[in-house]
Amino acid sequence: MTGAPPAIEAVDVSRTYQLDGVSVEALRGVSLVVQPGDYVALVGPSGSGKSTLMHLLGGLDRPTGGRLVIGGRDVNALAPPEMATLRNETIGFVFQAFHLLPRTSAVENVALPLVYRGVSARQRRERAAAMLGRVGLGHRLDHRPNQMSGGEQQRVAIARALVTEPTVLLADEPTGNLDSVTGAAVLELLEQLNAESGVALVMVTHDQEVAARAQRRITMRDGVVVADSADPRSTHDRPPSVDHGRPATLVPAPSAEPRSASGSGPGHPSGGSGGAAGATGRLPREAESNPGTKPGGTA
Amino acid sequence: MRVAEAWRVALDALRANRLRSALTMLGVIIGVASVVLLVAIGTGTKQKVEQQVEGLGSNLLLVVPGRIEVGNAPVVSPLTLKDVDAVTRVVGDPDRVAVTVASGATARAGARSDFTTVQGVLETTPTVFTRELARGRYLTRTDVDTGRRVAVLGDSVARALFPDRDPLGQQVALAGVRFRVIGVFAPLGQSLGVDRDDEVHVPVTAAQRLWGTQRVDGIAVKAPDRERIDELGEQIVAELNRRHPDTEFSAVTQQQILGVLGDILGVLTGVLAAIAGISLLVGGVGVSNIMLVSVRERTREIGLRKAVGARPRDIGVQFLLEAVLLTTIGGLTGMALGVGTALLVDALSPIPAAITWWSLALAFGVSAVVGIVFGVVPAQRAGRLDPVVALRTE
Repeated sequence: MTGAPPAIEAVDVSRTYQLDGVSVEALRGVSLVVQPGDYVALVGPSGSGKSTLMHLLGGLDRPTGGRLVIGGRDVNALAPPEMATLRNETIGFVFQAFHLLPRTSAVENVALPLVYRGVSARQRRERAAAMLGRVGLGHRLDHRPNQMSGGEQQRVAIARALVTEPTVLLADEPTGNLDSVTGAAVLELLEQLNAESGVALVMVTHDQEVAARAQRRITMRDGVVVADSADPRSTHDRPPSVDHGRPATLVPAPSAEPRSASGSGPGHPSGGSGGAAGATGRLPREAESNPGTKPGGTA
Repeated sequence: MRVAEAWRVALDALRANRLRSALTMLGVIIGVASVVLLVAIGTGTKQKVEQQVEGLGSNLLLVVPGRIEVGNAPVVSPLTLKDVDAVTRVVGDPDRVAVTVASGATARAGARSDFTTVQGVLETTPTVFTRELARGRYLTRTDVDTGRRVAVLGDSVARALFPDRDPLGQQVALAGVRFRVIGVFAPLGQSLGVDRDDEVHVPVTAAQRLWGTQRVDGIAVKAPDRERIDELGEQIVAELNRRHPDTEFSAVTQQQILGVLGDILGVLTGVLAAIAGISLLVGGVGVSNIMLVSVRERTREIGLRKAVGARPRDIGVQFLLEAVLLTTIGGLTGMALGVGTALLVDALSPIPAAITWWSLALAFGVSAVVGIVFGVVPAQRAGRLDPVVALRTE
């Protein structure tokens, strides 16, 4: 894995929203590299920019500043249709709310990304059925979402995310809507798929225990990365104060060569302690759609 | 995404909301059905009128004073039987010339009476126009020459005056003067709402005496052949102009009458189709409306599809196909409904209706175009949705 090109590379990425004429800085200069096979937990309080970062990493959104390279392609140079193809080929999404199509069987839900890839109906079904088998739902092919439990639905969603054999699996609170037992099983499945297939797993979570299991842990606050266990220099206990300039200066720009070695394996042991420090912030369950929370408010 | 796949997705979406899809289609169904039905009625009427005009007899030339144009008031005729003789000389064959002097009159037989049209004619009428008798005989040369008071009744008049006995040989009082019934016409039916069997034929001489006039309203000539018909008309008009320099005369052929009637009925059909087209337009607005609702309702689905790799175009095509499917299925149903209704109307009512392939093609084409036109805006809106916003929608 070492020496392979990074799956995703973000350099000083920022994202500013215009809401009713007011500029809201959801991300204020984030730099990070996701290597193939990484297992990353993305933690931070509500409004810290986790979701915004996930959307950018997944190619659903574009940065307003900085450089974002997904699967070797610079997002800023891509037109919407090319972005769609990039998502289809490189990224798999797992959402908290599953987002399965109702009235559509499990196998057809899983096959959906292949539709947009132009795969024939027969092949789609074969590959989707095989993928459902891998997530333990080989007996549920023709069940509809409303005929399945929450855990099963999320497994279908995971199968859908992986049926295209993406390089990165982005999971936004994948266990958030599940009870702890089911959630643990889903998490195990994700970890197992990460280990088996080498797909990088980037997971947003509020759950400390879940975050603690990740190999690498990135803590966000107020639109910047305040701690990255893969990069000890970036670990800070405190968030930057309100009137700082670009917080990007706190995060070393990733120059791929020296970092790729430390990026995957060795980060894991230190991740536990470093991450715990980074996640001391309270987790007020405010709307995710309020990325403008000022640093002073949460600190 | 492949087109076949997109069709399947669109069909599934329509099936998922059966009632709504059906109600949306209803607007298109009614629009297309009314276009098909009204055009069928317009066409059927036109065909029937044309048949009737042609049924008058072939190579017919009608000579009347004044100009035959829509909107021209009828002119009091200066023609007399002497003019008829002059025309006959031009034509060269007395059997090819017919005349009429007509007026409304009350026909009475015993206690029954009927207001009808009395036509003073020559004995040549059945040969010049195509008329058949059901009973008895028609007027003879002698009847005309001597002004004999004999009458041939139209089917309606015969039924009204003699519902329960044979009219032949009976007396009929026309405007108070007694005539003897010598024949009854075979029924002709209605044309443009006019009962063509509501008339009585008497010798033109007897009619003139009845009304105290020398007048002849019009002359009809059966031309020997189609090629000479215009030339003959010109000769007749020239002769009449020589005799009556103050009056303008027209000689019109069936083709000209058909042309004028065809124009009028064509406009009528067009107006009917346009009115029906408005309802199709309203149906289209309904489709647009429902598609916008559908896009909003399925925002999350759109977001998800985009997340897994649907391009804006894929989403747009999906919704556009859905709209087109709505209107084309509605269009086909409407066509079937329109054709069925037209056939029923034609069979069960006096209104004629004829299905034409072009009205079907037009209705179907228009409904497909309506789907595209009214589906484009919702489809574009769906295609442009920001996936991040779409996925967040509850």
